[in-house]
Amino acid sequence: MQKYSIFNLVKNAFSNHQNWDLAWKDPTPKEEYDVVIIGGGGHGLATAYYLAKEHNITKVAIIEKGWIGGGNVGRNTTIIRSNYMHDENGLFSEFGMDLWRKMSQDLNYNVMFSPRGIINLAHSDAQMNAYARRGNSMRLNGIDAVLLNREQVKEIIPMADFSDNVRFPIFGGLMQPSAGTARHDAVAWGYARQADSMGVDIIQNCEVIGFDISAGKINGIRTSRGNIKAKKVGLCVAGSTNILAEKLNMTLPIETHLLQACVSEPIKPVLDNVVTFGAGHFYVSQSDKGEMVMGGDLDGYNSYAQKGNLPTLQHVLTEGIAMMPFLSKLKMLRTWGGIMDMSMDGSPIIDKTHIEGLYLNCGWCYGGFKATPASGWTFAHTIAQDRVHELNAGYSLNRFSTGHLIDEKGLGTKTWIS
Amino acid sequence: MLYINCPHCGMRSQNEFSYGGDASVKRPELNKEVSDQEWDNFVYNRKSLRGKHLELWQHISGCRQWIKVERDTATHEIFRTFKADEEVA
Repeated sequence: MQKYSIFNLVKNAFSNHQNWDLAWKDPTPKEEYDVVIIGGGGHGLATAYYLAKEHNITKVAIIEKGWIGGGNVGRNTTIIRSNYMHDENGLFSEFGMDLWRKMSQDLNYNVMFSPRGIINLAHSDAQMNAYARRGNSMRLNGIDAVLLNREQVKEIIPMADFSDNVRFPIFGGLMQPSAGTARHDAVAWGYARQADSMGVDIIQNCEVIGFDISAGKINGIRTSRGNIKAKKVGLCVAGSTNILAEKLNMTLPIETHLLQACVSEPIKPVLDNVVTFGAGHFYVSQSDKGEMVMGGDLDGYNSYAQKGNLPTLQHVLTEGIAMMPFLSKLKMLRTWGGIMDMSMDGSPIIDKTHIEGLYLNCGWCYGGFKATPASGWTFAHTIAQDRVHELNAGYSLNRFSTGHLIDEKGLGTKTWIS
Repeated sequence: MLYINCPHCGMRSQNEFSYGGDASVKRPELNKEVSDQEWDNFVYNRKSLRGKHLELWQHISGCRQWIKVERDTATHEIFRTFKADEEVA
């Protein structure tokens, strides 16, 4: 594989950049693989990469219905954080933060990881207490957390509404300084390029039609480009999880919902951090191009449409304007939607299934992008070793029957309620 | 914007409604032994169909009645609406 470096950049400049190697190949599916990963999104590509890198399993195929990185890894708001209270989520995400910090070097691809900090705003004394508790839990797990009072928040984000006559005054906030953003497409492409160079076949425009299962064991998959035998199959299909589960005769604790995001026209640098509104569901950051990147609630009803509905967007942006009134002056440049695999407790599932050789990775709700490296790493471990790693032991499929829910948000079984 | 034909009030915008999830889910009978699996299916497990989906909505800013709506989850087309106690053929 051609290394991306300043020297290669200069060298290729002499030939007008016409002679760069392809970043990944376009292979024809082979008859058989050791592992087939369904879903060429961030998590699937990361899984294939860590299977090759950490476990030396390179007879791997990624099967993608569309094009790689065209799903939620290309449709998110690029926020990376580990500000969770529960141990399972905190330790898993903080492990991921380490992978994020090393990712550009590791993948030889600039993912533009920018640890600019995230601030969750508090709008009441009770919320300050809850944040103090969450911050303490985070610090006990080795995650950085700083409780800010109103004055400290004002110093960092003076453009927020600090006037006296507001419905939701800012009392303070909880900050994770090491959180941040990254360039989402580069994450997918970086993992794809490295996985490809280690022998993984990335097969695009190939839809999974069915599964070949006998005596409780998976033997392969049926696709629109023919049958493929596989010793092990991993599902990394986010919003399409329920569709594939139906083909497997499984009913999962997952509902598929639509989440929208939008960007404004580009403006000069105004916001250094990621900021979330505490009296609703709204978050904002500013991209390197200057656009304000915003998002919030789900549309609120089951949906497979990869485009959103205006009432939710209006609701979300109303919250945004309540928090930062200057946003009302901006023109909207683009809105988009992605379909989310909403689990019933708001936490993901990375586990084996009752079918031997079939592994499940789903339930990412609002937080799939930031989990990309940790999800890929632990899923690769689960597939390669045929047992869960301690980092994803809590993300079991049977926790719903045993009562070991990880209900970070306290929303119960209706994580889609807005 | 979705327009939902409330069987009690007529055609209204989605802003007046709140969503209540899959309407085909049945609570296990109380007068018999209920297995953990049956509770699981009732509380957590959902088919989340792509296509026609029968679901509960509440006309929260109107008559406050729960209703059933048959809607396509891929196109958002609404086919039929029913009162909560109406049997859907």
